Amino acid sequence: MIRVTLPVLLTSVIGLLLVAAFFFRGMDRVNSDLSEYFNIIAAVAFILGGGNLVRMHLDKVQRRRPGWPYSIVTVVAFLFTLIAGLFKIGNAQGWTGPVEAQGSWFNFTYDAMFNPLQATMFSLLAFFVASASYRAFRARNVEATLLLGAALIILLGRTFVGGLLTSWLPERLAFLSIPNLSNWIMSTVNLAGARAIIIGIGLGVISTSLKIILGIERSYLGGRES
Amino acid sequence: MSAFMDRVGRMDRRWIYLAIALAVIIPLIARLSFPVITTPIVQNIFDKIDGMPEGSRMILSADFGPSTVPENMPMLQAVLRHALQKKLKVYLLTLWATGIPQLDAVEQNVLAKDFPDRLAGQDWVNLGYKAGNQGVINAAFSDFPGAFPVDSKGRDVRTLPIMEGVKRIADFNLIICIGSGFPGTKEWIQFGGDPSHVPVACGVTAVEAPLLYPYYPRQLLGLMGGLQGAAEYEAVLVKHYPEYEARSQEAIQRMGPQTVAHLVIIAFIVLGNLAFFAGGEWRGKRA
Repeated sequence: MIRVTLPVLLTSVIGLLLVAAFFFRGMDRVNSDLSEYFNIIAAVAFILGGGNLVRMHLDKVQRRRPGWPYSIVTVVAFLFTLIAGLFKIGNAQGWTGPVEAQGSWFNFTYDAMFNPLQATMFSLLAFFVASASYRAFRARNVEATLLLGAALIILLGRTFVGGLLTSWLPERLAFLSIPNLSNWIMSTVNLAGARAIIIGIGLGVISTSLKIILGIERSYLGGRES
Repeated sequence: MSAFMDRVGRMDRRWIYLAIALAVIIPLIARLSFPVITTPIVQNIFDKIDGMPEGSRMILSADFGPSTVPENMPMLQAVLRHALQKKLKVYLLTLWATGIPQLDAVEQNVLAKDFPDRLAGQDWVNLGYKAGNQGVINAAFSDFPGAFPVDSKGRDVRTLPIMEGVKRIADFNLIICIGSGFPGTKEWIQFGGDPSHVPVACGVTAVEAPLLYPYYPRQLLGLMGGLQGAAEYEAVLVKHYPEYEARSQEAIQRMGPQTVAHLVIIAFIVLGNLAFFAGGEWRGKRA
């Protein structure tokens, strides 16, 4: 009984307290302190997350599941970065210096591995976008044609060429210039869709939060009690 | 003709990769650049900073990692140059662990080179990284020094002259988030700007920009979207402050390859559709 009631009660009280803190200025301190507690819990979650990552990948290696050599790379990279950062190896200022000090192994890992790898992954997008656009953007039906037209206008509108192509338009038809059409698509058509998604997400968050505060949603207790 | 279009329709993707590579490399080598016209959504940010009185406080949050440096870094540098030119007090920070080197980079490339006379801790401060995502903004809302107790050098922020009179987010005059995801602009609006009535502006990647239009113009005073947005800010900065012409041109230069790459992608889309219609495939698809 206590294993269920106490956490549910605690969650409800904290949830209601945070809702109240949003509306009453005098409760700013509560809001700030609880956010700090959240940060402390989140820091502990990093340890749990790291442990879970190592456990999962070692299990994959042990059972020789598909792609297991990549798991070795993941675990080695994780442990190397963790040890280099925790013990500040190569840090000229020793334990007192910042973890990312120049010359440290941690800094080297970031500069020589993480940085170029992330940049490469993101750069590859240009090639995939080009290839995918060529194959997917076909005027197969009305919806696809509309999407194709919008994509072409946005692509051209984000460059100098878009303005150049429609610079001959008279002043009274300036709203038809590609940059203006591009802005209209972004600030009207896109806006309507994006706003609908945001409102939908907001309503979903309110609904889920209410279910948690009222104790209806209990899956966070571990699943069996939900 | 039909055979040619058929071959076009079945083009090996490696030809597309080669075309894109050339479309980026050649303009980069040739230093191809095009004129950039600043749109109102970017101009608003410039006007806001330009109109702020000396000594106004501005949070500049670098919430991005190395993958989006080509888009985000020119924005960060241009905004920082402008703010320091106007003698605003700048509070640099990041909510991303991978944002620390970005702050170090602007310290070296902008603060040390362009503004060596501005003192750390007095005219600007690097508050570094704080874990906790939106929780950090929420904590800073009512206790800013509590959320960022030390700067990047480990100094107690309460001893720094720049922190005089700074107790909460409401004590700032502007928040600018240069970001590329979560936590980023949305969180600064929801937990920082909106509750404290401090204006928020942002510079984000082209991918994220469409998601932020719903906040403009009431909750977001301006938005720099992708490399184009960065180039627009650089263009207006250089127009008003020509002394930065040599150093604030990164995004403008990169717009050359981006423009050519866009044109190549458009050419492939048109080719693909011509092959689609020439092959008669569309008749079956539309039925």
